Amino acid sequence: MRAFLHPVLGAAGFVAVWWLATWLRVADPVLLPSPVDTWRDTVAEFARGPLWNDLLRTVWRTVQAFAIATAIGVPLGLALGARERVYRAVEFVVDFFRSTPASALFPLFLILFGVGEGTKVAVAAFGATLVILFNAAYGVINARRTRVLAARVMGAGEARIVWDVLLWEAMPQILVGMRQGVSLALVIVVVAEMFIGSTDGLGQRVIVAQALFESGLMYGVIFLTGALGYAFNLLFLVAEKRLVRWGGK
Amino acid sequence: MDDGVRSEAATGESAITVRGLRKSFGGLPVYSGFDLDVRRGDILAIFGPNGCGKSTFINMAAGLMPIDGGSILYGGRTVRQTRIGYVFQNYREALFPWLRAEENIRYPLRRLGLPRREIDRRLQQLATDFQVRFDLRRYPYELSGGQQQLVSVMRALAVEPEVLFLDEPFSALDYETTLDLRALLQDVLKRLRVTTILVSHDLEESIALSDRLLMLTRRPTAVADDVAVDLPWPRTSHTLSEPSFVALKRRCLDVFEAAVAGRV
Ligand SMILES: Nc1ncnc2c1ncn2[C@@H]1O[C@H](COP(=O)(O)OP(=O)(O)O)[C@@H](O)[C@H]1O
Ligand SMILES: [Mg+2]
Repeated sequence: MRAFLHPVLGAAGFVAVWWLATWLRVADPVLLPSPVDTWRDTVAEFARGPLWNDLLRTVWRTVQAFAIATAIGVPLGLALGARERVYRAVEFVVDFFRSTPASALFPLFLILFGVGEGTKVAVAAFGATLVILFNAAYGVINARRTRVLAARVMGAGEARIVWDVLLWEAMPQILVGMRQGVSLALVIVVVAEMFIGSTDGLGQRVIVAQALFESGLMYGVIFLTGALGYAFNLLFLVAEKRLVRWGGK
Repeated sequence: MDDGVRSEAATGESAITVRGLRKSFGGLPVYSGFDLDVRRGDILAIFGPNGCGKSTFINMAAGLMPIDGGSILYGGRTVRQTRIGYVFQNYREALFPWLRAEENIRYPLRRLGLPRREIDRRLQQLATDFQVRFDLRRYPYELSGGQQQLVSVMRALAVEPEVLFLDEPFSALDYETTLDLRALLQDVLKRLRVTTILVSHDLEESIALSDRLLMLTRRPTAVADDVAVDLPWPRTSHTLSEPSFVALKRRCLDVFEAAVAGRV
């Protein structure tokens, strides 16, 4: 109950401050509409239909990018982590591109994938893959040596050890990587929708609303992306709790 | 010629034969030509100061650490060709916390590819042998330390090993639990006649649980004394206060002190 009450109180406080600011006319109403206007404009846009489509497009791109990143990042991270020397050899490259702002890669990916759907998903998948790979590899590198030795003494071969021990040992870290990965994928997808020729998606929606001075809608869509990011995060926090019951014990 | 005869005899009665074992870390030798024969069915306790290479020895013997030279054979076979069991000191880090206790015990049996019925039969047998009174369907982190180490022991014995290695198995447990586990373990080991190497830094435990006690010196490691422990089985808490036990312990302590002082 408490756990539920606190966030609700926090959100209510935030809306109250916002409402007060508009009531005191801290800023021009065109720049800062009231919470009520924002709510009304956003609900109206949902009712008209296109905003649903934008939301679904953004979710779908993020999910695709995340699925690709997981399918590549987890196995590759496990394999590299199991061969620590190999991982050390590629670590610099992984770290370098992990630190490169994904937006700087847009032009490159535009050349590779063209001005279509592919580019947005590909850049997001690229960024998320590195995060997931890095976490999976570190999960394996920090695996308890004793458990690996125990499996070996019980007759498990190297492939068995990866599957039966290292995957589980790395599981908490893999889930952390997936959580960070999905957040990053969403960020990149939204930015890509803003700047590389989109006709839909929440990112494109924010930019268009801003250009047309539909500020109520603009704020609404911004909050929508926030809610989406929060929901993804929450999903993985719950998954971590349910899947890694032995964590910290 | 002489050597040939000796190794013939060795394969006949000795379960473990170590010849000329060498191992060093960063140029510093731990073992430089170490020999040992362990009779089939014996429990050999290895006792020595911290860092003298006890864990190193059983890790090499169990095939978990490469050897620099010499040989460790089991009735003429390598460790890969031998069924072994290993109980780690740190049960928390040796059991698989994502598997239930019973799945931990089944794990090595699955690796052997045994049929399900046989796996279940052995699990039942072990639970009876060790008088398990807690629920094996629980997860390791839901069990007490003693229960977890008991699960580790059951897991190691499930494969019906020819040789069992125990690396300070009780050192993380309280005294009462240790006495209980010791009693259960000696019962099963003696009944099944499992050749066992027990590493311990507890002299009382080393004597109480062994047929033979090997006392090691500081590095470079040598045998300070090789003591036959002829006390009758089973050894109970009363054994610990019997004159023969006390005298043996006294003698071992003297050797140990001399060895640690470097006079051996
Ligand atoms: N992997 C390793 N690398 C370097 N030195 C090691 C390694 N393992 C053990 N040693 C050293 O070898 C010696 C014996 O260690 P160990 O067998 O663990 O001793 P103990 O008798 O306490 O079990 C110690 O001095 C230890 O520092
Ligand atoms: Mg040790």
